[in-house]
Amino acid sequence: MTSLFREVTPGTAEEIPVREITVTVNGQRRSAVVEPRLVLAHLLRQGFKLTGTHTGCDTSNCGACTVLVDGRPVKSCTMFAVQADGHEVMTVEGLAGPSELHPLQEGFKEEHGLQCGFCTPGMMMASKALLDENPSPTEDEIRWALSGNLCRCTGYQNIVKAVMWAAGKLDGETAEVQA
Amino acid sequence: MSTRTGRKVGTPQGVVGTSPLRPDGIPKLQGRFEYAQDLAAEGMLWAATVRSPHARARIASIDIAPALAIGGVHACLTADDVPGRATFGLEHPDQPVLAAQEARFWGEPVAVVAAEDLDTARRAAAAIEVGYEPLEALTDPEEANRRDEVFRRMRIRRGDQSVRGAVVVEGEYEVGMQDQAPLGTEAGLAVPDGQGGVDLYATSQYVHVDQEQVVASLGLRPDQVRSHPTGIGGAFGAREDVNLHIHLCMLALHTGRPVKMVYRRSESFTGHVHRHPAWLRYRHEADRDGRLVRVEASVVLDGGAYASTTSAVLANACYFAVGPYTCDSVAVDGVGVRTNNPPCGAMRGFGAVQVCFGYESQMDRLAHALEMDPLTLREINALETGHPLATTGQVIQTPLPTVEVIKSLQAMPLPEAGPSDLPTELPGGSGLTSEPQHVTRGVGYALGIKNLGFSEGSDDYAQARVRITDSGAVVETAAIEVGQGLVTVLAQIARSALGISHVEVAHVDTSKIDSAGSTSASRQTQVSGGATLEAAQRLRERILGQFDGDVLDDEGVWRGDTLVTPWTALAAGDWEETVTFRHPPTTMTDDNGQGVAHADFAVAGHRAVVDVDVELGLVKVLRVDTAQDVGLALNPQSVRGQIEGGILQGVGLAVMEELVMGEGVILNPTFTDYLLPTILDAPEVEALLIEQEGSWGPYGAKGVGEPPTISSTAAVAAAIRAASGREIERVPVRPQDIALP
Repeated sequence: MTSLFREVTPGTAEEIPVREITVTVNGQRRSAVVEPRLVLAHLLRQGFKLTGTHTGCDTSNCGACTVLVDGRPVKSCTMFAVQADGHEVMTVEGLAGPSELHPLQEGFKEEHGLQCGFCTPGMMMASKALLDENPSPTEDEIRWALSGNLCRCTGYQNIVKAVMWAAGKLDGETAEVQA
Repeated sequence: MSTRTGRKVGTPQGVVGTSPLRPDGIPKLQGRFEYAQDLAAEGMLWAATVRSPHARARIASIDIAPALAIGGVHACLTADDVPGRATFGLEHPDQPVLAAQEARFWGEPVAVVAAEDLDTARRAAAAIEVGYEPLEALTDPEEANRRDEVFRRMRIRRGDQSVRGAVVVEGEYEVGMQDQAPLGTEAGLAVPDGQGGVDLYATSQYVHVDQEQVVASLGLRPDQVRSHPTGIGGAFGAREDVNLHIHLCMLALHTGRPVKMVYRRSESFTGHVHRHPAWLRYRHEADRDGRLVRVEASVVLDGGAYASTTSAVLANACYFAVGPYTCDSVAVDGVGVRTNNPPCGAMRGFGAVQVCFGYESQMDRLAHALEMDPLTLREINALETGHPLATTGQVIQTPLPTVEVIKSLQAMPLPEAGPSDLPTELPGGSGLTSEPQHVTRGVGYALGIKNLGFSEGSDDYAQARVRITDSGAVVETAAIEVGQGLVTVLAQIARSALGISHVEVAHVDTSKIDSAGSTSASRQTQVSGGATLEAAQRLRERILGQFDGDVLDDEGVWRGDTLVTPWTALAAGDWEETVTFRHPPTTMTDDNGQGVAHADFAVAGHRAVVDVDVELGLVKVLRVDTAQDVGLALNPQSVRGQIEGGILQGVGLAVMEELVMGEGVILNPTFTDYLLPTILDAPEVEALLIEQEGSWGPYGAKGVGEPPTISSTAAVAAAIRAASGREIERVPVRPQDIALP
């Protein structure tokens, strides 16, 4: 990773072929000097040590590396780190504070939506993008939204239930706020 | 000692039969759980592997100088650098740690390198110049059989061989090579201890067998190598065999630095063994009432270049070649051949999957020939407790509710008549290729049976330790949590046996405890669970005996209504119990394949509902419902999770998952071309758990991981057959098998 990534203080980038970028990751502005070929997934994992974003396939099929970029789900192995310059990235570590769980995390826990857990962060980030757009999705809408994320353990039944659970919880929270 | 009266009576939380949440769930959900891919150590180097680009080649020369000339490269090791035993292997150490004179399969490791970073390691691997002289590769299993290139032959003869039936059906069937495709690829970190030894943290299903093989190939004393359980992204059999383990330890000891390696996905496809492709020939004979009177089977498995577990997979395929049916005249001949195809070994179902597609296709053919309902035919022939297994003659001693499985499937309601009006729900999905008038629906059934635990006289044991702590108790084990939920269920067992609420499971390294055996063969709940139960029971009895108490609970030891020893006093003592559990002994079978080869069995059945566009050859699997013999469901939610996930792997083998081979080369080693079922491909599942007491597992539990994968494939194939009218003699079923038979 040393040849691809080096965290620096802003404004100190030296010679080509590296470029300094600034990315807001989970609400925190972070700058780094990167080679243009570095993909976002590796910036997050090896660079920023946010290893909750997993890489499972190298070919953008599995979706384990899904993060939100400006709120939209992106397989972070398909995006260069330099493309994230100036943008906001949310990873699984940013879903909730260290002592609390996001309703999606609660839903996956309660509905046994994970076994080995390797796909889970990507599943939750793709689900968050769905619920942000569509707070009351149907089962079909959930399946379509998660069709780019592979799970090898669960058979997906409980993943669908987990997202439904989260939607229900979020709906309740919204109702409380409105009341 | 303070005493107190007034015991609160109640059941502790999280005992067996309930579904407590996974203790590793929250770190996994927060992204904090450490998988092998995530490991790091100060001063760590990265490793990469040089692999043979030929299915078979003589290695004339290896020049590592160009790689060593690259800045940041610390080691380039070849076969000459293996300090100890040059080979490894689960059953027979026949596979070179690094290929020496000859590479025998595409992707075989030839050299390994370690460098300051991953990029440099990969560049160095590419810079190593290997002089290959390609040799003719043996890739045809039949030709291998003719040349007697075999790992094992099996011959089973039971009963009067001259028996003939009034109705005869014959068939030839083929099963493609499936990959376990766990989402986490192989990964690990080896850390030298500074005194000539090494600590290994790597993806594994069986750390003790990894440790033994590392010890042998590094020429070290056993106490110099410690293999640590580590976080794993799925397994399904892919992690039983050594792959990067010895390489990492060699590099770590050679460089004196921690060394990490992570396989890329394409590398993972060559770095672990696969499910054996199979070629099956069957002849079933029955009387006019549908009773099986004679079954003949021939089983050919391609073991690939090295032994791995081929001999045990072949044995399983042959022992279960008749399925969960009685028959008193049986002949099975099996062979596991050696070729230059990728090595094959363990995958969920372990030989029982392949033959199930054969015998269940035959049962449907027989039902058709007899003009009989397929489930009725199965019920007439159902193997149950007290019956001899058709192949080995072993009388089934534990509960085997085959008839109840059949009746449960019969009773399950079918979905509404289809096909759907929604074009995206038709075969082809988002391709919008099918039209409802071209789509037909089919329903198919299949039953499967498999052994639980290791067989054929293996000394199959697991050790577990239960220790009292300040907060409750801890179960220490080297058994691997691969995602299945062992970490939950062992704690449940200990809670139930001790009568307390707070139990944790600690996965400890090979120096801290004896082997738990492999997380495979659906065995850990029964075997490590058995050890945990016995250790917890003994510990409770000793504690009660010591303090003359009659109840142990979260507060401590009670005598009647008086708390005689509070928990703090217990925790101050040195209370622990270590148990090595062995299941009922098994034996190697005789020359006719007869004997008590298995410790326990499980049966399951599946009903698949599919829509098929016959013109385009496209299939949509709508539902796969199941009834499964589980003994007792210690954690019903986890059991259902195993069932739903296992079924989907069976569906994958039925309609999409195949490693396509071309002269020994895997043509599709990526998730772009090796298709895994997505959430849109996943059928709805209704699972009925059939519970019966009597198995030797803790509280009567049976292993549940493999049965879902055994007959789900055959059920989907049967449904496609029903919908399309095609014979369907191979899985996965490809569009051309339906549209252009």
